[in-house]
Amino acid sequence: MIKLFSLKQQKKDEEGSARAGGSQKKASAAQLRITKDLNELNLPKTCNTEFPDPDDLLNFKLIICPDEGFYRGGRFVFSFKVGPNYPHEPPKVKCETAVYHPNIDLEGNVCLNILREDWKPVLTVNSIVYGLQYLFLEPNPEDPLNKEAADELQSNRRLFEQHVQRAMRGGYVGSSYFERCLK
Amino acid sequence: MASGETQTSTDQQRRWLHIRKLLERSGPFCHPDFEPSPEILDFIMESCKILIVGAGGLGCELLKDLALLGFRKLHIVDMDTIELSNLNRQFLFRKNDIGLSKAKCAVEFVNKRVPGCEAIAHHCAIQDLDEGFYRQFHIVVCGLDSIVARRWLNGMLMSLLQYNDDRSLDQSSVIPLVDGGTEGFKGNARVILPGMSACIECTLDLYPPQKTFPLCTIANTPRLPEHCIEYVKVIQWAKENPWGSNTALDGDDPQHVGWVFEKAQDRAMKHGISNVTYRLTQGVLKNIIPAVASTNAAIAACCASEVFKLATSCCTSMNNYMVMNMADGVYTYTFNAEKRPDCVACSNSTRVVEIEPQATLQSIYDKLCEDPAYLMKSPGITTVINGRNKTLYMSSIKSIEERTRDNLKKKLTELGLFNGADILVADVTTPNTVTIKLKFSEYQDVEMTR
Ligand SMILES: [Zn+2]
Repeated sequence: MIKLFSLKQQKKDEEGSARAGGSQKKASAAQLRITKDLNELNLPKTCNTEFPDPDDLLNFKLIICPDEGFYRGGRFVFSFKVGPNYPHEPPKVKCETAVYHPNIDLEGNVCLNILREDWKPVLTVNSIVYGLQYLFLEPNPEDPLNKEAADELQSNRRLFEQHVQRAMRGGYVGSSYFERCLK
Repeated sequence: MASGETQTSTDQQRRWLHIRKLLERSGPFCHPDFEPSPEILDFIMESCKILIVGAGGLGCELLKDLALLGFRKLHIVDMDTIELSNLNRQFLFRKNDIGLSKAKCAVEFVNKRVPGCEAIAHHCAIQDLDEGFYRQFHIVVCGLDSIVARRWLNGMLMSLLQYNDDRSLDQSSVIPLVDGGTEGFKGNARVILPGMSACIECTLDLYPPQKTFPLCTIANTPRLPEHCIEYVKVIQWAKENPWGSNTALDGDDPQHVGWVFEKAQDRAMKHGISNVTYRLTQGVLKNIIPAVASTNAAIAACCASEVFKLATSCCTSMNNYMVMNMADGVYTYTFNAEKRPDCVACSNSTRVVEIEPQATLQSIYDKLCEDPAYLMKSPGITTVINGRNKTLYMSSIKSIEERTRDNLKKKLTELGLFNGADILVADVTTPNTVTIKLKFSEYQDVEMTR
């Protein structure tokens, strides 16, 4: 325990009387943490990242090209926005590619537990990458965001597969149009 | 007339009677170095500068408490303006003040009410104030409801720490942070000695995560009124863009709240859910936890007495984290939150690397990999130049590696680095990103800038 103020040194510097030398602005805790996350990013071979601005590590894209499962051959782009409260709060992740998927809606919202209710500060960008990759290997009809796709996956797997293919080639499934996203 | 003056001065004497008892006598709970003296009261009145962060429920209490304790050089910062719903507990504000700055109204009230008080208001965001501003204070006390703001403030106070050449902390650079927080009938108060005891970042796990619902639940199987509001907030807003695609949902904009409220009601009706109210909508959008005036009063009182203890040493400080629950009786518990040796914010991870001023980034990179003091595997190097983040080199990400590869050949000075500049280095061999200060070898004898 220290005694903070001896009466002899009670006067503080007046405002603006900065100490010698210019002061360099410090990086935020979120910035330090994302730097660490990204430096240790260990991507599966089906994934890649794109940084529109290499100086901005808080905004980037993840591209997933599944090599097995329903979505094999497709190319899906996700945007990551890492906020100032990272890692207390998870990054905001949206799917930018229109996809016929039980857990991704047509606005690009993704239902992945670690992106919302099960996020913990010990998780990293890598955890999210693996979670997203898993969504393409094992779409989960129990947690539907696109209810039509989920019902179809449960009741008629073959039809679901055809619809996924049609959407990836570019075309209509029901009344929704999907841009082509084959590699 | 003469008798009137005598009266006033006797009042003045009586006003400080109890404070004087604490400051002019010794006792078993005093700090070991405490020397009772009448000068201590002069110090808190004339010199001790306190910054109060937040002029809301806790802030109003803190300002009043500290002013009545004798502190005069009080500054208070808050960017918010007064709303009708504040008036039940933010007792320094009146109906006529609605729409005005919280900080300014609070200061005006207290300066008028407490003789001698010279509080100063700052109607702005904490991020608008710089190092020079924060450095002038002896103690910072905060009553905030946002974790982001707390973390920012914590980072600011950590960045003011100075270390001696032997990497020991220069204690004169420590500005204690007393932090209060309330949530309904629960609250906490803590004392942080930056660089010495657990900081906000050390104990980030103690903050409850924001309450969220699974996206699929709110989209398909809503059961609660909150689910309906969250649906409109997360999904419907982006889909319908009622104010154009670039307008973010603002929980402080009554028109936005009204729109969400209406849509959430429609959705609730469709799913047979009741109790979607305007208040609840506002609460979910702003993540508001209902405030209780008595919790604020108790927590602020605790914080104010910690400020008093730190400023005067008349009693040892709380060590260091107190939780209080008034939901059923009153329960309090104080524990010693531990400082994390690897904390990103408060561990003195800053190391100094000595380097030729003519050196290239490559030579720093090689040093980090080959020097036995580091032996890093693939360091990612960034820095902050003129307040902007800059990635100097990162090999693990292909697209960044390609665009930063040329930096390796450049001289440090060409990259905007200077003697005393900090670079941030992330590597698998360290638990966190470490800060490394560059020391140009020809400047060896000159005092380092920071
Ligand atoms: Zn810490």
